[in-house]
Amino acid sequence: MSESTTSPSKFKNTLERLRSFWEPIAASRKALPILLAVGFVLSIIIPITDIINEYVQLILIYVGINVILTLSLNLINGYMGEFSVGHAGFMAVGAYVSSILTTMVLPSDWGQWAFPVVVLAGGVGAALVGLVVAIPSFKTRGDYLAIVTLAFLMIVKSVFENIDAVGGPRGIPGVPKLTTMPWTYFWMVLAILVIRNFVYSNFGRGVLSIREDEIASDLMSVNTRQIKLLAFTLSSFFAGIAGALFAHVLQFISPRVFDIIKSTDILIMVYLGGIGSITGSLIGATIYTVLLEVLRPLGMWRMVLMPLVLVLLMIFRPRGIMGMREMRWFIPNLDLFAIKNWRKGKEAKNGAPAD
Amino acid sequence: MALLQIDSVTHYFGGLCAVSDFNLELQPSELVGIIGPNGAGKTTIFNLITGVYKATRGSIMLENRELVGLPPNRITQLGIARTFQNIRLFKDLTVLDNVRIAYFNWLGYTPWEALFHIGRYGAQEKKYSDQALDLLEFFKLDGFADELAKNLPYGSQRRLEIARALATGPKLLLLDEPAAGMNPREINQLMEFIQWIRHEFNLTIVLIEHQMRLVMGICERLKVLDFGATIAEGLPEAVRNDPHVLEAYLGEGGEG
Repeated sequence: MSESTTSPSKFKNTLERLRSFWEPIAASRKALPILLAVGFVLSIIIPITDIINEYVQLILIYVGINVILTLSLNLINGYMGEFSVGHAGFMAVGAYVSSILTTMVLPSDWGQWAFPVVVLAGGVGAALVGLVVAIPSFKTRGDYLAIVTLAFLMIVKSVFENIDAVGGPRGIPGVPKLTTMPWTYFWMVLAILVIRNFVYSNFGRGVLSIREDEIASDLMSVNTRQIKLLAFTLSSFFAGIAGALFAHVLQFISPRVFDIIKSTDILIMVYLGGIGSITGSLIGATIYTVLLEVLRPLGMWRMVLMPLVLVLLMIFRPRGIMGMREMRWFIPNLDLFAIKNWRKGKEAKNGAPAD
Repeated sequence: MALLQIDSVTHYFGGLCAVSDFNLELQPSELVGIIGPNGAGKTTIFNLITGVYKATRGSIMLENRELVGLPPNRITQLGIARTFQNIRLFKDLTVLDNVRIAYFNWLGYTPWEALFHIGRYGAQEKKYSDQALDLLEFFKLDGFADELAKNLPYGSQRRLEIARALATGPKLLLLDEPAAGMNPREINQLMEFIQWIRHEFNLTIVLIEHQMRLVMGICERLKVLDFGATIAEGLPEAVRNDPHVLEAYLGEGGEG
């Protein structure tokens, strides 16, 4: 141990060995499905057997929720190149819709079974609101759209603060704890797959082209309005799902929970992990959530340390850890092998190698 | 029947008249050039045709269909594609993606099929990729398919921009200063290239250019603009000797 740290060549060797071990796994097309299956089994086994203490389980649930939030915001801020600071608002809509359903509408013993539908309702509610927010994005871009989303967040907050039926500023107490590890895991995997599928389709490429050059994109026949509607709806849908899960693990929601600080948290996770990357979203959400917990003993100092990490990151890696790069795991076969397949098809047709 | 019929199109930026009373009738498979000094309103005409700006007055008809008021993506769908004076590729995307995006026109699957990669998604995606790569091969760009567009050499970027425009399946191609930044040898190649795609893809082409060499070399008909107004039009030879053109465009005492 002490040897490897003192001699750099040995350290390099270890790195080299690690890499040769890792590369075949990163290139394998089976690794991700296997990992997903193992994760699902673990998410069921862990809460039953309590092999990990409950505090750690709770953190894992927050990691899952934050992954969904990060992916959802990354679609707008990373892939589409806009700047939304209103994601806590979509989250709030999801949280309120689902909490109203479980505490006021549905009989309390239904909770367990109705939970998937309740979460879905939270997502759909947020998606409908997202549809409305997409409309100003037709004409407004960049900084100005950021202001619009900020205004949207303030509207959502003050609407909930002023409706007495949902507790006004006091919020809704006694939300049942229905968010479990398997459900969090299920929604997280769904978010990863659906957003990945979207990004690797011509609709997703349309989203990317808006980031690159909106006028050129319009002139290349991309229906930018339709794309913006789709992107905002999809993004707010998953923010709403995350909000619903969040409410049912926190067991108490109030308008104050969903303020600009919450939006900032999601922004940090997106830019830490890397814009325009699914791998980055996973890494950013995990590192940020875990680090905040690990640094808890530092008390107030962690709130100094975390922003400092962010400043350094922006200086040395402005696009985040995985900015605009993707692990092969998340690239669909059709896309990854498009060029290879085309060459093969041509060789088959010509009966001779193309080159 | 005329492919494109532009009737007394006038456009104002605030109080400034950028294009006044512009007329143009294009027959299928013509190659027409628009020339004029900087700021004469040439690019504005392209922006009016493609819907980037909405003409203040006048009408633009493509095969008897009014284009004024349609959004740019609809106009592209109807069959007009263009390139840009300063190359506007999707720089941080791959060459293949640049072309595939232009197939948005023919999108053969719904958002639901895209979200879950079901139904027609697989077959359609394969079709777009293969078509895009065939097109790239045609332009000798298939070797760069997985390269980022910004990493291509300048000449290849120009070719890619034309390939991307052709992917939308146009009848009319608008080229905005295709020879910008090229030396005489490259311009000769470009002239052959333009003739070649014109026949290969059965196109009608309008081009804006400063390089007299290119304009005189391939255009069948010219329009000369100055301060938004048409000051001369006709065959290249006639335009070259028109006193108005000599004065406004080539400068007094200039020679073509």
